[in-house]
Amino acid sequence: MTVTNFQPATQEEHFSPESHVVPVSLYVVIWATLMVCTALTVFAASVDLGIFNIVVALVIATFKGTLVVLFFMHLRYSTKLTMITVIAALFWLFIMFSLSMTDYLTRAWSTYG
Amino acid sequence: MATAVQTVERENYLNSNYGIKSWLLTTDHKRIAMLYLVSITAMFWIGGFFAMMIRLELLTPQGDLVSSDTYNKLFSMHGIIMVFFFLIPSVPAVIGNFVIPLMVGAKDLAFPRVNLLSWYIYMLGAITALTAMVTGGVDTGWTFYTPFSTTYSNTHVIGAAIGIFITGFSSILTGLNFIVTIHRMRAPGLTWRRLPLFCWSNYAAALIMVLGTPVIAITLLLVALERAFNIGVFNPQLGGDPLLFQHLFWFYSHPAVYIMILPGMGVISEIVTCFSRKRVFGYEFVALASIAIAVLGFVVWAHHMFVAGISVYSALVFSLLSYFVAIPSAVKVFNWTATMYKGSIRYETPMLYAFGFIGLFTIGGLTGIFLASLGLDVHVHDTYFVVAHFHYVMVGGMVMAYMAGLHFWWPKISGRMYPEAWAKLSALLVFVGFNTTFFPQFIMGYMGAPRRYHAYPPEFQVLNVLSTAGASILAVGYVLPMIYFLWSLRYGELAPPNPWNAVGLEWMTPSPPPTHNFDETPVVTWEAYDYESQPQEEVTVGH
Amino acid sequence: MATSDLQIAEHNLQHHFADMEQQQETSTFGMWMFLLTEIMFFGGLFTAYLVYRSSYYTAFVEGSQKMNIWLGATNTAVLICSSLTMALGVRAAQTGKPKLMVVLLLITILFGLGFLGIKAVEYHEHWTNHEFPGPNFHFETGDPAHPPTDPQHTEIYFSLYWAMTGLHALHMVIGVGLVSWIIIMGLRRAYSPSYYSPVEIVGLYWHFVDLVWIYLFPLLYLISKKHG
Repeated sequence: MTVTNFQPATQEEHFSPESHVVPVSLYVVIWATLMVCTALTVFAASVDLGIFNIVVALVIATFKGTLVVLFFMHLRYSTKLTMITVIAALFWLFIMFSLSMTDYLTRAWSTYG
Repeated sequence: MATAVQTVERENYLNSNYGIKSWLLTTDHKRIAMLYLVSITAMFWIGGFFAMMIRLELLTPQGDLVSSDTYNKLFSMHGIIMVFFFLIPSVPAVIGNFVIPLMVGAKDLAFPRVNLLSWYIYMLGAITALTAMVTGGVDTGWTFYTPFSTTYSNTHVIGAAIGIFITGFSSILTGLNFIVTIHRMRAPGLTWRRLPLFCWSNYAAALIMVLGTPVIAITLLLVALERAFNIGVFNPQLGGDPLLFQHLFWFYSHPAVYIMILPGMGVISEIVTCFSRKRVFGYEFVALASIAIAVLGFVVWAHHMFVAGISVYSALVFSLLSYFVAIPSAVKVFNWTATMYKGSIRYETPMLYAFGFIGLFTIGGLTGIFLASLGLDVHVHDTYFVVAHFHYVMVGGMVMAYMAGLHFWWPKISGRMYPEAWAKLSALLVFVGFNTTFFPQFIMGYMGAPRRYHAYPPEFQVLNVLSTAGASILAVGYVLPMIYFLWSLRYGELAPPNPWNAVGLEWMTPSPPPTHNFDETPVVTWEAYDYESQPQEEVTVGH
Repeated sequence: MATSDLQIAEHNLQHHFADMEQQQETSTFGMWMFLLTEIMFFGGLFTAYLVYRSSYYTAFVEGSQKMNIWLGATNTAVLICSSLTMALGVRAAQTGKPKLMVVLLLITILFGLGFLGIKAVEYHEHWTNHEFPGPNFHFETGDPAHPPTDPQHTEIYFSLYWAMTGLHALHMVIGVGLVSWIIIMGLRRAYSPSYYSPVEIVGLYWHFVDLVWIYLFPLLYLISKKHG
């Protein structure tokens, strides 16, 4: 086998810095949406939805979080690898939460039916 | 045979700069690997000292050498040092740091300054933990179970916890560096399918480092807060749940054992293929098995808690998952064996250690299956059976792999050959010493001998004496390489670039490599482990 | 002497990278990996929260009623605004407007300090109400008709509150420090459209800290129907 030589890109050739520039208007729209959602979640907490209070709160929080990650953190314009990283984080959190809860949710169950 | 002292004339990473500052402020991954080599070797001997004290105490059934409190400190400190300060960094920080950039054809890791920072963080954590040990010790076991560690222990729990917390960041940064490097710095033509299996294994271990270590960090932080401020999160008297500590602790500490073993398995893959002159059987399976171990390793942690009080339904789930995690490890053992089949085997020291690894890891791994079974675990939990199991995989497996890797890459690292005859003798001593130390412990444990006891019923004495005798032999087996590696730095034969006729980019650089690794970025046009097209030449062996 | 875009990029290209594009992509990926570790770091506390809230819901409700929802909501809004100015600041670096970048990042820091100030006010109030874990912990619901149902587990709620918001505040302080450093470098005209990855990755860190608060706020402040 041979090792051939490779010339890295010289400075005269083009850079491609992160090429996508997000328009200011989009940032402002996202910001406004986040503010509205904050107001919404505060309002929703004042209404008694029983078991659904937590569901509503987490859905709104996740929606806000998704906007922050996609647009402010540029995930929308990033590589697939970055997206896999974010999904991995969520998946591992899910493992930690759900498997821990297999213990706590079932402790009260009796062994014999 | 050579009587004159040979010196390397050519400029390389060792002689390119002199002075302590050029080492302490280096960003060269090879020098950083050497810094780690010195540090973790020191920690190995400190941890080994505690092991020696333990084995001396256990020569007699009575607790006569040290008090029970002191004995508690001895096994705690042995465990903490060996796990956090030796096993976890060993292959990644020493061999991985050195070899991975070379293997991928890069001039350095992605973040060289972060690499140096990780060594300093390691040192700070090690000094913190050692200070806690020297000023009074810690007696909670390396497992820090609450509420003993948070409320009742009178030892330096917070100091030890902080030391481990700090060193955890070293591990995180190393893992981060490896992942980014392997994704982004591979030479042209080096596809994932051509990547050396050592890189795959370290990549998988790095995933665990990055995902798991933060959890033990926050857990130890909570232990420190609880101890300092009595917050009650793990204290049943204040409404807390001690099992929550165990869940959070083992969420990291179980995958941690895969951080320890995966890089070792990577070393074995490289060595088995080279010394069989044959490409690895089922390369894709071995690569994916590494990833599978990393992922599955995260869903089995509560098998350490079967008798702690978790719900039996939860225990069933974790038991089933624990059986699954053994499968990818078995795949690897089968594939290594199949690689050797009809290969042209050479019995140099790295291969001897590899043989040792495959056999001993298999025994250790199989006994892990015993422990995954709920009924059996009730019988052997907290006995010497468990102690024997993990020493088989960690010492019989991991430390052997580390020794194998040190020997395999020593010519590249130092530019010298180690003396082969002495190395073979040491490998034999390690193998005999190891089995004499730990096999009796399986028997003892199955007979009911509990772990972490400084005194024991007289019927276990014979097995204990055998174990201590084995440990003495093992110690000699570890001292000899220290001596001959150091000896080789000055008197060893000069090493050629590729003494083993191995396939891989690291063997295409001089021994030792220049600081910048490659004059020009290589382009890879061959498949991994292309031993078929390698000419059959004599390997170089040191005397 | 004004240095050109090309010169800045050349000056900052590290020797082990083939070109600036590889370097920028690598450093962004590195920061995402680091944020992954931060998610797991906070994740441990969220796990503890999940376990205790699911087992002791009433205790958590009672503890949460003592939180000041308006201060919490204001802080959420403050952080969202700071994320906007941060994102715009990164954009200014990307489009070669260093002065605008400095101004936007200064505003971001002001928002961050505002957050910390409001947090300090809240902490002070909880401290004077003996809602701090330890020997002096003493929980009152504030409603004599409804004494505390399960003060032990409400103490755990407060422990988690202090630990989670305290860890978050620590990250804010570090964030303020990082943004300050970017400002100093920005004043020295260190960045250009071809080299602004330090700004980008500090931005990622800042948004992450915002993201954590987006979850902390409903989980700690909005557990159940607010009153008063």
